[in-house]
Amino acid sequence: MNAQLQPAAMDRADPLVIAGRAYRSRLLTGTGKYKDLDETRRATEAAGAQIVTVAIRRTNIGQNRNEPNLLDVLSPQTYTILPNTAGCYTAEDAVRTCRLARELLDGHALVKLEVLGDQKTLFPDVVHTLKAAEALVAEKFQVMVYTSDDPILAKRLEEIGCVAVMPLAAPIGSGLGIQNRWNILEIVENANVPVIVDAGVGTASDAAIAMELGCDGVLMNTAIAGAKDPVLMATAMRKAVEAGRGAFRAGRIPRKRYASASSPIDGTIG
Amino acid sequence: MYTIVLNGQPRACAPGRTLRQLLDETGYAQRRVAVEINREIVPKSQHTQREIHDGDRIEIVNAIGGG
Repeated sequence: MNAQLQPAAMDRADPLVIAGRAYRSRLLTGTGKYKDLDETRRATEAAGAQIVTVAIRRTNIGQNRNEPNLLDVLSPQTYTILPNTAGCYTAEDAVRTCRLARELLDGHALVKLEVLGDQKTLFPDVVHTLKAAEALVAEKFQVMVYTSDDPILAKRLEEIGCVAVMPLAAPIGSGLGIQNRWNILEIVENANVPVIVDAGVGTASDAAIAMELGCDGVLMNTAIAGAKDPVLMATAMRKAVEAGRGAFRAGRIPRKRYASASSPIDGTIG
Repeated sequence: MYTIVLNGQPRACAPGRTLRQLLDETGYAQRRVAVEINREIVPKSQHTQREIHDGDRIEIVNAIGGG
């Protein structure tokens, strides 16, 4: 066996499949809050991300006409662009944003649906999220949906036809890490579509825990972009997601209260 | 002159202008943008034919960094 080829072969054996497309990276990254587009590019490359989220916003008429565009730096030929509905507080606005995104990206149907309920927590408005998800699925969008860590709701969103369910670990940008790992575990165990923890990750161990719980991927932005060294943090997050996935697949030992010796007991001297 | 609302701002527009001409004027004709007029998407293939009418509310959007 060629030992050098083994890791690559393992990667190929364990792809993340979303809406019928296979990805080798399980770390999805946002593109907001970076210092400039060059930092965005370097961090995205260090993260090894293949799916990147973008926001849809009005152009600044009469300004920055010759400034490079995000999609010149992160080309849709190289990356799967995941337009989000960030900033939408109603189902109607979210659907409208997705339609604009589909036109912008030449018919690309994959979207990240988020309908927010409250400016302080940025928690999802689950009623509007359900409504928007139904409308978007009916319009043949492939919906990756940001939601609360409620297992029942996650199941409903899957039943509607969302292609991935993305529960929060903690509020967006909070860096608090997974607050309710039992709920995340419940969502993972019941799901027939990929479960991606979206929002609330603060550092590498948070991402590893999400993956050890059996999540299919992690989506983050602030944890990388807000770090003192975003490129180094992107690398750390890539490793954490890979390590967590490996540990999940390997199957951890059960937790026990008391010790069990690692060295044989037989043949000790004296 | 017509008055339109472009990305939330009132703007004068000569009668008979097409959407493509408006995009040329604002510098977005060669850029990756999507356009909505009065809440209806106008596909790229229709930009050259679509005439601007008085009072049209036009949104020109693009992709920017976001999470």
